[in-house]
Amino acid sequence: MSRSGAVALAAAIIVALALPQFLKGYGIYLLSTWAVLTIAALGLNLTLGYAGQVSLAQGAFVGIGAYTAALLMQAGLPYPLAFVASALLCFAIGWGLGYPALRVQHHYLAFVTLAFNTLVFLVLRNEEWLTHGIYGISGIMRPVLLGWSTAKPLAFYYFCFGMLTVIAAALWWLIRSPWGRAFVALRENPIRALSLGLDTRRYTLMAFAIGSSLGGISGALYAPLVQFIEPNSFALALSFNLLLMVIVGGSGYFYGPFVGALIAVLLPEWLRITQGYYLIVYSAMIMLMMAFCPYGLFGMVERAIKALRLRRAPPAPAAVSALQTERPRP
Amino acid sequence: MASFIQLLVSGLATGAIYALIAVGFTLLWQTSQTINFAQGEFVMLPAFFVLAAMNFGAPFWLAILISITLSVVILGLVFKLIIVDPMLKHGVLPLVISTIALSLFLKESAKDFYSSQAQPFPALVPSIDLHVFGAVVSVQSLAVLAVAIATVIALHLLLNHTRLGRMMQATAQNPTLARILGVPVRRMVLYTFLINAVLVAIASVLISPIYLAKFTNGETLGIAAFLAAIIGGFNQVRGAILGGVILGVLDNLSAAYLSSQYRAAFPLIILIVVILWRPQGLLGRLEERTV
Repeated sequence: MSRSGAVALAAAIIVALALPQFLKGYGIYLLSTWAVLTIAALGLNLTLGYAGQVSLAQGAFVGIGAYTAALLMQAGLPYPLAFVASALLCFAIGWGLGYPALRVQHHYLAFVTLAFNTLVFLVLRNEEWLTHGIYGISGIMRPVLLGWSTAKPLAFYYFCFGMLTVIAAALWWLIRSPWGRAFVALRENPIRALSLGLDTRRYTLMAFAIGSSLGGISGALYAPLVQFIEPNSFALALSFNLLLMVIVGGSGYFYGPFVGALIAVLLPEWLRITQGYYLIVYSAMIMLMMAFCPYGLFGMVERAIKALRLRRAPPAPAAVSALQTERPRP
Repeated sequence: MASFIQLLVSGLATGAIYALIAVGFTLLWQTSQTINFAQGEFVMLPAFFVLAAMNFGAPFWLAILISITLSVVILGLVFKLIIVDPMLKHGVLPLVISTIALSLFLKESAKDFYSSQAQPFPALVPSIDLHVFGAVVSVQSLAVLAVAIATVIALHLLLNHTRLGRMMQATAQNPTLARILGVPVRRMVLYTFLINAVLVAIASVLISPIYLAKFTNGETLGIAAFLAAIIGGFNQVRGAILGGVILGVLDNLSAAYLSSQYRAAFPLIILIVVILWRPQGLLGRLEERTV
C-alpha cells in the first residue's frame, strides 16, 4: 500500500473510533448499521467483485444468520456459540447455493439467487412454529463478552466495529493469498483458469460459501443490534441494497464496500431534510452516480489517477503499450 | 371441475398479462442486453397516467391513449436515451443497479405525487359473469385474454411479416452483421424500447382493474415478468409468452389445490429446476460461451 493510502486508512480508523463519542443514540445506531452491513457487503464483494459470481441472495444470508443467532440465544446458548453457528450454517447453505453457479452464469445465476432469496423470505414468513412468522422475534439481548456488557449503544458499536476490523483484516489476507488470485482468475477467464490447472469447481463453491458466511456473521450482529427481527427486513430489497453498496463503492475494490455502505446507510438519512421526497432524491442520485462512474467510486478514482499518470509520462512505444493494455473488465 | 375451469380461465387471463410484460422484458434483453429491474414499475405507472388524465376530465378511452403516449415518451424514449444509452458500454451490472434505483424512483414518485392509497381503476368491460358448463367465468377475464392475444398477434405480425420487424430481428440476432447489411441498428434498438413501453401500458390497463392502481404493484409484477421470461426462454418472444401463461395458471391452481401460503414459492422452484435443467429456458436458444 502506498504511503498516502496508509495515512488515509489510519485517519479513517481514527474517525470511526472517535466519531461515535460525539454522537447521540440514533447516530451511533446508524454507524453500527454501517459496520454490520459493511460485513455483508464485504462478503458479496468477495463473491461478486473478486470471484465474479453474481449473487442476489446476500440479504437472505443476513436473514438466516440473524434468525439462527436469535433462535439459538433464545434456546439458551451463549452468544459466541450462536455467532459461530450462524457463520457455519450460512457457509454450508452458501456452498449449496454455489452448485447452480457451476452450471449457469451471469444473469441466469442472478435469477437463481434471486429466487433463493425469495424462498428464504417465504420460509421465514410462513414457518411460524420456528420463526414466529410476521410477528418476528423481539427482545433479543445484547451479549456480555468476557465480562464486558455490550448493552449500551456505544459499547455495541465498538463490538461491531471490532468485528468489522477483524473480518476486514482476514479478508485482506485472503485476497492476497493464492486463493484470492484464484478467485480473480475465475472472474477474468474461467476457462483459462481451468486449463491452467485451477480447480474452478472448488473455488466457485468456496467463493459462495465464504461470501455467504460473512452474510451470516453480519446477520448475527444485526439481530442484537436492532433487537427485533422480522422477515420483511430480509426480503429482496436488502439484497438489492447490498448489491448497490458493492457496485457504488466499486466492485472488486477492497475498500469499495466500506464507502458503498456508508453512502447507502447515511445518504438517505442526510436527505431527510427534503422530507417526504428523500427516497426520490436518493434514487435519482444513485442513477446519476452510475451514469458518471459505472465502476463505482474507487473505479473512478483509479481511472482518474491512471489518466493523470498517462498525461505526465511520455507515451510508451505503440507495440509495448498494446501489450500492456489490460483486458476490459466484463 | 367447475371451479377448475374458473381457476383456469382467470389463470390464463393473469398469465396473458404476465406474458405481455415478459415479452417486453425479453425484447429489451435481446436487442440491448438490458435487464430492466424496473419493468414491474413500468407496469404500475401507466395506470396512474390514466387516472391523472381522467382527473383532468378526459374520457376513459382518451385517457388510455394519453397514457400509452406518455409511456412511449417517458418509459420508452427518455428511459432509453437518459438511462440505458450512457451505461450500456459499461456492461450489465451498473445498468442493473440503475434500473433498481429507477424502480425505487418511480415507486416513490407515484406515492408522493399521486397517492399512497390503492386507487379504484375503471374496467374495460362491465363485470358480468357468464355461466359455462356450470362454471362461472367473468367477462373481464375473457376481455383481458382477448386484448392480450390481439396484442401478441399484432406484435407477431410486426416482427415476422414486415420489413421493419425483420430488421429488428436481425438486430437482435447479430448487430454487427445487421449493421453491415445496412440495418439502422440504433434506431431498431430504440424501437424495441418503444414497443416495450406500449406493451407495459396495455398490461397496466388490463391488470389495474383487478389489482387496483397502487404504487407497490410493480414489486410482484416485475418478479413475475422475470420468472416468465426465464422459464420460457430469455431470448425468444414465444418463450416469454409460454412462460407467462404457465406462471399465471400455475399461480392460480397451486394456490387453490396445494398451499396458498407457499403459492409464491412454486414459480420459484420451477424457475430453479428450469435453469438447472435447461438454462436457455423451455423454448430458448442456447447462447454460446465465448472463451
